[in-house]
Amino acid sequence: MEKARSVIARSIGARDEEIVFTSGGTESNNLAIRGVAQALRKKGNHLVTSSIEHHAVLNVFRALEKEGFVVTYLPVDREGLVHPEDLRKALRPETILVSIMHANNETGVIEPIEELSRVVREHGAVFHTDAVQTVGKIPIQVDALGVDLLSASAHKFYGPKGVGFLYVRKGTRLAPQILGGHHERSRRAGTENVPGIVGMAKALEIAQDEMGEEAGRVGTLRDWLEEELQARVPDIVIVSRGAPRLYNTSLVLVEYVEGESLLLNLDFEGICVSSGSACTSSSLEPSHVLLACGYPHALAHGSIRFSLGKWTTKEEISRVVAVFPGIVEKLRAISPFGKVR
Amino acid sequence: MYTEKVLEHFRNPRNVGRIEDADGVGKVGNPVCGDVMVMYLKIRDDRIEDAKFETFGCGAAIATSSMATELIKGKTVEEALRVTNRAVAEALGGLPPHKMHCSVLAEEAIRAAIEDYQAKRQRK
Repeated sequence: MEKARSVIARSIGARDEEIVFTSGGTESNNLAIRGVAQALRKKGNHLVTSSIEHHAVLNVFRALEKEGFVVTYLPVDREGLVHPEDLRKALRPETILVSIMHANNETGVIEPIEELSRVVREHGAVFHTDAVQTVGKIPIQVDALGVDLLSASAHKFYGPKGVGFLYVRKGTRLAPQILGGHHERSRRAGTENVPGIVGMAKALEIAQDEMGEEAGRVGTLRDWLEEELQARVPDIVIVSRGAPRLYNTSLVLVEYVEGESLLLNLDFEGICVSSGSACTSSSLEPSHVLLACGYPHALAHGSIRFSLGKWTTKEEISRVVAVFPGIVEKLRAISPFGKVR
Repeated sequence: MYTEKVLEHFRNPRNVGRIEDADGVGKVGNPVCGDVMVMYLKIRDDRIEDAKFETFGCGAAIATSSMATELIKGKTVEEALRVTNRAVAEALGGLPPHKMHCSVLAEEAIRAAIEDYQAKRQRK
């Protein structure tokens, strides 16, 4: 297990003792945010995050609000980017923690963490980033990013499910959230999930080795998918196309139709996609990320996310390109919107 | 998540489209919520001769619209008003709990279209 810790620490430019093993991204986020908030409560009660975080971050902040903390949710621009100037203005003397995700899970947009962390460092607050989407996909060095805490989840880089880690910079005060023995230097009690941890380290090693090649191959497929869809289907929006984005994600908004009905039709064709945010597919609310970007409700309801991966082939993308226009046309024929009367 | 019947109606929805000279039109729902249903009725001698719909919404919204038009076609106006959201959902073999609101929308669309028909008739 300590070997695995070293592999993981090295891959992000951290020291072994700065890695805390957890059950995954959600626990890492809970530990980081609640842990810092509780440990530094005497210093201040103001926290800052963005309006496009994953629910594993947003819901922690909402719970902290009920416990008496004051939270500022930073806006994003149309591309989904948080602006360092907005962050600077939000900081107060009593701000103790800022948490902004590295890349968004719906749009793939990569936030300017280096610039944001500089603002936070000048102020003296602690900076956390939810890097669940980026670890294993793009190179990450914690010192270059300037973060104090960083969350990751193994299954996002083809490791086992139910395991992850939290990077905690030396000297960062953190109140444990799972109490018990002195495991993980008293930061997370409970017997470690050794097979999961070993699997995670191996998966990260492989992901690191293949990173350059994968980025090129998958990125080319994604760009080709977007070009073809844009050319073949009228009235669609490819979200944040002009922003720095992860190479594997494509979020497409289709005017006049609803996302789930697109998803079902693609599923009939054997194509798996997500509608809006995968984790909220049973809720009726459209994506909070798209609303934060300023898209209207109706358009935000028509979102489809294509996530490409290691095993996605050119043939599969050709199939999407071939069937997608027909599916959209069929659903638009049923829809009361978007027709010339 | 969906029954075979829901998927079947979603894949091959019945009575899609609009009726240009409809006797009653009902539009319910809201794009903000992600569902809009428009129902068109052709009524003669108080009997629903034809029903068509246009829907923006999820799989369940499209399937319930389709089933609702099937259920009311051929019925008298009074009979159609007695078609409840439960009846629509049951005819589809059931709906997941968080999709029951789609059947409510279908019932409301039927009512709205009939009310429009009745209002138009009173004006004549």
